[in-house]
Amino acid sequence: MVRFLTMVLPALVVFAFVSPALAVEPDEVLKDPALEDRARVISKDLRCLVCQNQSIDDSDAPLAKDLRVLVRERLKTGETNQQVIDFVVSKYGEFVLLKPRFGPHTLVLWLSAPIILLLGMFVMYRAYARRRADANRDKKTSLTAQEKRALNKLLKES
Amino acid sequence: MIAEVGHFALILALGVALVQTILPMWGARRGDLSLMRVGSTAAQAQFLLLLMSFFALMTAYVTSDFSVQNVMQNSHSAKPMLYKISGVWGNHEGSMLLWVLILALFGSAVALFGRNLPPDLKANVLGVQGSISVAFLLFIVTTSNPFTRIHPVPFEGSGLNPILQDPALSFHPPFLYTGYVGFSIAFSFAVAALISGRIDPAWARWVRPWTLGAWMFLTLGIAMGSWWAYYELGWGGWWFWDPVENASFMPWLAGTALLHSAIVMEKRDALKVWTILLAILTFSLSLMGTFLVRSGVLTSVHAFAVDPARGVFILAIMVLFTGGALALFAGRAQILRQGGLFAPVSREGALILNNLLITTACAAVFVGTLYPLALEAVTGEKISVGPPFFNATFVPLMVPLLIAIPYGPFLAWKRGDILGTSQRLAMAALFTAFAIIAAYALSGPGPWLAPLALGLGVWVIMGAVSEIGFRAKAFRAPPDEVFRRLRNLPRSAYGTAIAHIGVGVMVVGIVGTTAWQTEKIVVMKPGEAEEIGGYNLKFEGVAPQQGPNYREEIGSFIVSEDGTELTHLHPSKRMYTAPPQATTEAGIHAAWSGDLYTVLGDDLKDGAFTVRLYFNPLVRLIWIGTIIMFLGGLISLSDRRLRVGAPKRARAPKAHAVPAE
Repeated sequence: MVRFLTMVLPALVVFAFVSPALAVEPDEVLKDPALEDRARVISKDLRCLVCQNQSIDDSDAPLAKDLRVLVRERLKTGETNQQVIDFVVSKYGEFVLLKPRFGPHTLVLWLSAPIILLLGMFVMYRAYARRRADANRDKKTSLTAQEKRALNKLLKES
Repeated sequence: MIAEVGHFALILALGVALVQTILPMWGARRGDLSLMRVGSTAAQAQFLLLLMSFFALMTAYVTSDFSVQNVMQNSHSAKPMLYKISGVWGNHEGSMLLWVLILALFGSAVALFGRNLPPDLKANVLGVQGSISVAFLLFIVTTSNPFTRIHPVPFEGSGLNPILQDPALSFHPPFLYTGYVGFSIAFSFAVAALISGRIDPAWARWVRPWTLGAWMFLTLGIAMGSWWAYYELGWGGWWFWDPVENASFMPWLAGTALLHSAIVMEKRDALKVWTILLAILTFSLSLMGTFLVRSGVLTSVHAFAVDPARGVFILAIMVLFTGGALALFAGRAQILRQGGLFAPVSREGALILNNLLITTACAAVFVGTLYPLALEAVTGEKISVGPPFFNATFVPLMVPLLIAIPYGPFLAWKRGDILGTSQRLAMAALFTAFAIIAAYALSGPGPWLAPLALGLGVWVIMGAVSEIGFRAKAFRAPPDEVFRRLRNLPRSAYGTAIAHIGVGVMVVGIVGTTAWQTEKIVVMKPGEAEEIGGYNLKFEGVAPQQGPNYREEIGSFIVSEDGTELTHLHPSKRMYTAPPQATTEAGIHAAWSGDLYTVLGDDLKDGAFTVRLYFNPLVRLIWIGTIIMFLGGLISLSDRRLRVGAPKRARAPKAHAVPAE
């Protein structure tokens, strides 16, 4: 079945895994709206481990529900967002984070874009500087306006 | 019988593609015109054969011929006709057939419209195009034949995945592929130019309309997918940074960069090396997208390793074409010496900034999409890269881009005047400031950055409007002169402005729905009412109903605003019979201010249901923006200077239309 699904339309394969029921359910919602908001924020960054690229906030898989409940329970004990996330990671591994931590294993991931940007800027600057130097050299070796006029005059006379 | 005809035509097309690859290129090498001309004939023959093959498969679907394995696995006799037809490309084999059909369509279009291309360039282009066809036709014939028969013939098919049974989704793949595959033309032109060693502004002029056409279709294709995800998946999201979405988004980004850099090459004979490289990379990203989606590598590296036949084949195609083209590029790039000196602040400079930011963004998406696969393959470590990562890397690159967009078209070629341009944009800036203040006043609670982000969209829109206004001397000349100037502006100027307006409109939509979406998750009993987004929703209960190939439970809401009844909404839950799978259909009420979005959830006892109610402010502007972008492209394409095969005299200096000042 999974194989069949991966063979379906491009751009849509993943959605085929999405089952259409609701994610967060009314009975999970915390009474304290501030705490619930924090729970939602945390949930959006945690991956539903059995789903394809879905956060636990979007998924209706039982495991996602368990995690949502877990997050809310930890929050109720007064933990900070970071403490809750650390706890979930200690339990399920870093795979659970939709935004990987910065570290030796994710150096390439996090630094590629900034490095490419800087490299691009550097290459552009070099190209510009080189061509300006070329142009200046051309200017030095080419005739000045006065010389050109003199030359034209000579040509006309001859 | 018809299936065999289709199969035969497919194999014949492979033969013709081989001819198309070899003869014209050989002819171009030897300077033999009659051999070069074979390219055009072969391209058209190949297209007709593939069309025949495609219609043979479609016939098998329409007549529900379950002796064809592909039809049996993906169709069902009770399926509505639309989905019998769209079922043709709703599976691996059929969608690959569509892929090569569109490839051949583009090839034959070059043969047909490229009459005034230099014969050797045209021969090489068609040859390269033919070689791509050969690779993919070999792939289909050897690993993904859609015409395989089965025996004994089953009485009924297994049906199409219900989630794909949707009108918008039916036409999503053809649009997407037209975009994807359309970039092959830019690729073939780049390789052909590298082979012949002649690359000049005319090259950019020939390539731009094809790139623009492909870009337009890809824009619409992606938008359709996003629109479908929005109303079908049931939580009002419209973009998920999913690898499959990214697979189509990367070629779009690279194609967008290519469109802009080709302008510099055409007008100023600069950025040649880069433009050729981008043309190669854009199609390579299309190939990579095809690989990602078709190989199963996305599900997991593991699944890919278990059944690698198809994946390895496409990977080989990708490596061969990308690697080959890049090797050719590396060998020949030296001959591309540039003309056109310019200052950093100039139209060229602005377009380079555009390319720098878009290419970096594309690289960020590329790394984010492939990194988990690479890390797992190399170290076995599993990490997830999801929306939070992409938002953190992609969005910061878009902010400077959006700020810079209005400046671009205002700056003069060679040396621009940033102060003067800023003065000309004063009205736009004023309008933007007003919009930001209004957003702060009206929006109520929400992220404090949101009104500023909204302002970015308004800035882009007003910048484009100002540019047209400036060119027409609005407020500075008598009205009849303004109208005369408006009429005489080149269509490509309108195209640019309109496409940029589309970007701005889309940004406003994205910010609106991201920042100010409201949501309620509640249990409702019939007769109960809820308030959201200024609407009152009264739940009337749920009734069962039978559809053509599903049964559904339809909820009913009465929507009213300020006590007056507006409409009824009917979100539903469907249970399809073949294959058995559940889907939700959201009930949506659209208004200019935003969408009221309702989803029916679980059946609790006593007629009570869980329901999810959303108000998504301005969300429709996202897709309206993409349609505006498409229209901008269309208007630009209708400019006769850009039109395919426009004669050379269009290079008259008047056509440049740099604002006279």
